[in-house]
Amino acid sequence: MAQFVQQVVAGLGDGAIYASLALALVLIYRATHVINFAQGEMGMVSTYIAYALIAHHGWSYWPAFVFTLGVSFLGGFAIHETVIRPLHRAGELTVVMATIALLVILNGLVSWIWQPDEKILLSPLAGGTWSIGSVAIPQQSVYDLIVVLVCVTLLWLLFRYTKLGLALRASAVDPSASRLLGVRVPWMLSIGWGFAAILSAVAGMLAASAQFIFTPGFMQVTIIYAFAAAILGGLESPVGAVVGGLTLGVTINLLGTYFPGQISPDMRLPVALALLLLVLVFRPAGLLGRTVVRRV
Amino acid sequence: MPLLKLTDVRARYGQVAAVHGISLTVDDGEIVSLLGANGAGKTTTLRAISGMVATEGSLAFDGKPLPRKAEGTARRGITHVPEGRGILGELTVWENLKMGAYLRRDRKAVASDLDEVTSELPWLRARRDQQAGTLSGGEQQMLALARARLARPRLLLLDEPSLGLAPIIVEQFFALVRRLNEEQGLTVLVVEQNANAALELSSRAYLLEVGRVALEGASADLREHEGVRKSYLGY
Repeated sequence: MAQFVQQVVAGLGDGAIYASLALALVLIYRATHVINFAQGEMGMVSTYIAYALIAHHGWSYWPAFVFTLGVSFLGGFAIHETVIRPLHRAGELTVVMATIALLVILNGLVSWIWQPDEKILLSPLAGGTWSIGSVAIPQQSVYDLIVVLVCVTLLWLLFRYTKLGLALRASAVDPSASRLLGVRVPWMLSIGWGFAAILSAVAGMLAASAQFIFTPGFMQVTIIYAFAAAILGGLESPVGAVVGGLTLGVTINLLGTYFPGQISPDMRLPVALALLLLVLVFRPAGLLGRTVVRRV
Repeated sequence: MPLLKLTDVRARYGQVAAVHGISLTVDDGEIVSLLGANGAGKTTTLRAISGMVATEGSLAFDGKPLPRKAEGTARRGITHVPEGRGILGELTVWENLKMGAYLRRDRKAVASDLDEVTSELPWLRARRDQQAGTLSGGEQQMLALARARLARPRLLLLDEPSLGLAPIIVEQFFALVRRLNEEQGLTVLVVEQNANAALELSSRAYLLEVGRVALEGASADLREHEGVRKSYLGY
């Protein structure tokens, strides 16, 4: 029982990271109708920025964390303005290729600036545990879950209850009708990319701390889990992305614990992708995918 | 000075020219209709005015050139209810109404406009949280008009409001437009294939044929015009 609870908490912690990145993918998919393959690397760049602030400029963890979120927003905004927006007349495949190019470029850039060797960015809670009876709860996992849930809730409130959020949703749903109402749609899409960059920065910084050491390639496995989580939830559903991420994290952890012979750490990714294929075959719209209602 | 003045306006989609040089005017407080068969360039003319399609020629609003982007023409007071009504189907009825007032900063006046619009159409309030895409065609058209009113437009562009609606709904819709025109001085440029309804609603009309103005005049005169009667009114 103790082991079960521990693994569920650890799974929720991992799952929160997938959820954050998956939600970033969903935001961009809804706004731009492409999968942003560079989303993980955007989070990786953010992580290196936080690392540099702390390791080279003497910042403490929390100010660096928050500052990095702000920089990431501007970075996401700038990427949409300079790379994605100029391609708006090109096909979706072109935009996908651009995000793949971005993935490689960002990775190279970081290796060039900060060297490809192993770095450390630990949250104040990394490695600690809380003991409740015989259960040892990993603090980092609880922290991952809380940070992601806070970010997701704030974002949800913004999208649901503010005028900016309404305009962001309107722009994603029907750009031309929104323009006729006076919305500066390209601007809105850039803001959407900015929010996605914040989510991937959160995922990156949490993942770096959860795995103790990181190198420029450290988000490339996480992004695959995030793809799986986003598709599990239904690519267009923000709630689905979060639920998908948490479900995936818990499932993988429990399978790894109770079938250690069959599902070694090396087997976790293949198992996650097998789950992904199963979902695609039996529920192409995802577990929480929406069927859009339209009347003409 | 007319509110809207188009002089020799041309518009094309890629290589295909849809409007070959249209000149027309709309005065403040007028209802003007644009008639014509499919492909005559009616919709393109509206899209040219609201900045949804690239144009050549001169478009003046209030004596000043119109911006060539939809966001810009909306800011000058032009509200375009496009083909298919432009309802944001995945948003709620209420969110659609609020988007109508997107450019306004006078929150109190917006609230009282919302009250006014929803007291005339109480179902808008009763069904405020319904997904707008699930409304019937007639309801969507009414919502589109209500949303347009919240923008307090100086010029309202309506594209085929009668399309796909039952005759009784069309009648109600046109009656509401006429009342807004008479009571509040709402200026309207309406595109219609239903020439009977449009000529009854408007004071002046332009008849388009293959991207040009073929005939213009008072709506009452056009209704008596033999060619118009035979080709467009069907008697």
